[in-house]
Amino acid sequence: MSDRNLSIREALNEALAEEMERDEDIFLMGEEVGHYDGAYKVSRGLLEKFGERRVIDTPISENGFAGVGVGAAMVGLRPVIEFMTWNFALIAIDQVVNSAAKMRYMSAGQVKVPVTFRGPSGAVMQLAAQHSQSFESYYAHVPGLKVIAPCNSNDAKGLLKSAIRDDNPVVFMESEAMYGVRSHVPEGEILIPLGKCDIKRPGDDVTLICWGKTVPLCLKVADQLAEGGTQAEVIDLMTIRPLDEKTLIESVKKTNRAIVVQEAWPQASVGSWIAHRLQVEAFDYLDAPIRVLSGKDFPYPYATSIEAEMAPKAEEVVEAVKRSM
Amino acid sequence: MDQLTILKWYRLMFLMRRFEEEAARAYTERKIGGFLHLYIGQEAVATGVIEAADDNDYVISAYRDHGHYLARGGSPKEGMAELFGKETGCSKGRGGSMHFFDTANNFLGGHGIVGAHVPLAAGTAFASKYRKDNRVTICFLGDGAVNIGPFHEGMCLASTWKLPVVYVIENNLYSMGTPIWRSMGTTEASIRALGYPMRRKTVEGFDVFDCFDNAKEAIDHARETCEPTLLEYKTYRYRGHSMADPAKYRTKQEVKDWQNEKDPIMVLEQHIEKDYPELKEKLEGLRSSVEDEVADAVKFADESPAPDPATVGDYTYV
Repeated sequence: MSDRNLSIREALNEALAEEMERDEDIFLMGEEVGHYDGAYKVSRGLLEKFGERRVIDTPISENGFAGVGVGAAMVGLRPVIEFMTWNFALIAIDQVVNSAAKMRYMSAGQVKVPVTFRGPSGAVMQLAAQHSQSFESYYAHVPGLKVIAPCNSNDAKGLLKSAIRDDNPVVFMESEAMYGVRSHVPEGEILIPLGKCDIKRPGDDVTLICWGKTVPLCLKVADQLAEGGTQAEVIDLMTIRPLDEKTLIESVKKTNRAIVVQEAWPQASVGSWIAHRLQVEAFDYLDAPIRVLSGKDFPYPYATSIEAEMAPKAEEVVEAVKRSM
Repeated sequence: MDQLTILKWYRLMFLMRRFEEEAARAYTERKIGGFLHLYIGQEAVATGVIEAADDNDYVISAYRDHGHYLARGGSPKEGMAELFGKETGCSKGRGGSMHFFDTANNFLGGHGIVGAHVPLAAGTAFASKYRKDNRVTICFLGDGAVNIGPFHEGMCLASTWKLPVVYVIENNLYSMGTPIWRSMGTTEASIRALGYPMRRKTVEGFDVFDCFDNAKEAIDHARETCEPTLLEYKTYRYRGHSMADPAKYRTKQEVKDWQNEKDPIMVLEQHIEKDYPELKEKLEGLRSSVEDEVADAVKFADESPAPDPATVGDYTYV
């Protein structure tokens, strides 16, 4: 096996290229995806390869082109709609929630919507309050959607390919801060099933539940904890909705402790839902309250000194584990 | 126009009206719930426009969708059963009045968020251009939809990319209870197209022949050139915005004037009287057959089973 390291950006690009090569019904649409090669270069080279018919630059009109994606999917195409960031997609959330997620239900199965909405999410560096947000709970709230958040290159490729092939509308949230992070991606086809989490590191003492950017954080914490003799099990959700509750519950029954680590705000979040489900399904196995570590409950600031306070830190996760033991 | 077509249009308009009058009655008997937005008064538009489309063309509508569904060939039985919330409905009781679907007839719904289906129609037209399948999309919207963002984004994309879509504004003068002159400072909704490189036209919407001719021109143009048109019909709804609306924002005289001067069924009868007198004797039989069909639809809806409670989650995911 060759040792092939790709950035997440390159892995996503490879997924798009392979899928578009395979199926002519797939097209990529969004702001700056073509001639500019993508605002974050995820679509680099795709215009050259597939032409303007299949790599389509849009005006700045998120609701409009998200709706075009839904409409095209309603009659059988498989659009990939890129939002320059999920922060801008709030303009289009009506098309995601009221059009894409509802169409199959309210038509009683006559219309399906195989569209993938994708783009970068979360904080990077000093982008301030309107460009630093993590909105996964907004979409995870909605029946009819699937919500995906990969944490490394291999998963990004395998999950995006599965998302594009899925017959349901999929919300695919890439970590903007991690586009350049490189990791191993084997040659050849990778398809990772949606709706399954991945145990990134097995352990018996405490379950750390995370997705996207908090996965590397939790793996780092697990290494630290191991030095002190505590074996943390790190579970990467990968798919936030539909949630693979079974894997989470089995893990907690084994470790008796769970901590959810998320970049998003705490109230009405994915973490609070997971904590609720685990206390219902594994109450008798729990030796400590389930803790949810979140981003600070404020808008994101600009100045680095206060921005650094926002995301959960390794020492906070370590502290939460200690309090659970 | 050939005689069979004229009779077909007459029957269709009469069917729309009687279907909805019976739906209104069933609503007062609480056999129909939720919102019920009636199309009565606007029948010439759905009839003329959809008759000008090919069977393969996509038709998409907003929440006042019964007329478009019937014009597209939707079954009155399944339509009424949908209103009654029955498993036999055209959306199996999951959609209701605002979400009729009939993909077998290329009717892509009934959409309840004002303006949001305008980009959807650009999307189906985009797919047609992408596949070169020669289909046109016909998208019905109300005059109330022309002031919301997604309408404008849809216009922008359809005109910039030259998509084969005809946007049909049914300007019935009121978005709910707000008259158009209070929401856009004019009564001509098609001026919204002026901001885009696209064609526009405002025409009367009570004479089915005119409705057909104007739609045919726009649809043919879209098919030949992929250029969209914003086509506005001036029309009127006799009933309130929905069954919950007593329509106090307009006078009874205003409604009567429209009914007396521009009722689409009456106007077609006048055409027949003047230009096709030999058809006159057939109208009574047509009306009688519609009465039977609507009565059958109500009976079918009434007797059909409600969805099984165990199926509440069906159709959420593929």
